[in-house]
Amino acid sequence: MIGLQHYLTLSAILFSLSIAGIFVNRRNLILLLMCIELMLLAVNFNFIAFSRSLGDETGQVFVFFILTVAAAEAAIGLAILVVVFRNRRSINVQELDTMKG
Amino acid sequence: MFHTILFYFFAIVLIGAAIGVIFARNPVHAVMFLVLAFFQSAVLWLLIEAEFLAIVLVLVYVGAVMVLFLFVVMMLDINVEEVSGGYTRYLPLGVLVAVLMVTELAQIIWLRSTPGISAAGFASTPDGYSNTKALGAVLYTEHVYAFEIAAVILLLAIVAAITLTMRKRPGLKQQDIAAQVAVRAADRIRIVKMDAVKPDTGSEP
Repeated sequence: MIGLQHYLTLSAILFSLSIAGIFVNRRNLILLLMCIELMLLAVNFNFIAFSRSLGDETGQVFVFFILTVAAAEAAIGLAILVVVFRNRRSINVQELDTMKG
Repeated sequence: MFHTILFYFFAIVLIGAAIGVIFARNPVHAVMFLVLAFFQSAVLWLLIEAEFLAIVLVLVYVGAVMVLFLFVVMMLDINVEEVSGGYTRYLPLGVLVAVLMVTELAQIIWLRSTPGISAAGFASTPDGYSNTKALGAVLYTEHVYAFEIAAVILLLAIVAAITLTMRKRPGLKQQDIAAQVAVRAADRIRIVKMDAVKPDTGSEP
């Protein structure tokens, strides 16, 4: 019987994979953004599984808002990416060191 | 039983797609793998009867956000070799962190959970239950302020994205709408005072 724990485990695997993706692709800005999207998807899995397990729709409402904010974040992130590429001709994260971070 | 087989099938494809996103050399392939991952997630959400969000995921994420990603990836002329270097250097660290996190989270989920939750599956919904209806009933009553704030956030995203990417190129000819609207008749035509010119009647033979 597929229950809460299966979904939580799947979500944990997805979240860890996206963290590994951030470690591996630490040069490509666009892949970092995609890994963040994947991470948000894993979080949404948790919310939906708990919402169904507890029989409360509030968790799904929360997923709805996360989707909204993630769409806004993707739009602004990609806009920043385009501006960075236009100014530097590259999306290599390692070259973005003007602020000595 | 059929439900279990479906869950494991879609879960395995989802994890494979996530691995594809991480290790794809070409950014376009990575976006395509991410689309596959979102489709699998939508099916998995359908399996636990969260139908509305599954459809929203396909419509909003695959239909809008992923198309935006694809658009940007194809618009920018990315040097793939330069960006995807340093691959093997951080791979052991990434795999180590991932394995560690999965182990810890799985330990918490499977060993430390209350016994009641672990055995039972999700409770089936009553007959005539509509996920969309129930969600709407909560969304437009209890969470209506959050809903309106979400609308403002989307507006903010539109304004921010347009402001960031709009630029003025030097050689480009474009309209200045404000100047066009603010123009007065006195700037355009000049009234010249002069004496009336009579037709010369005497010169004709």
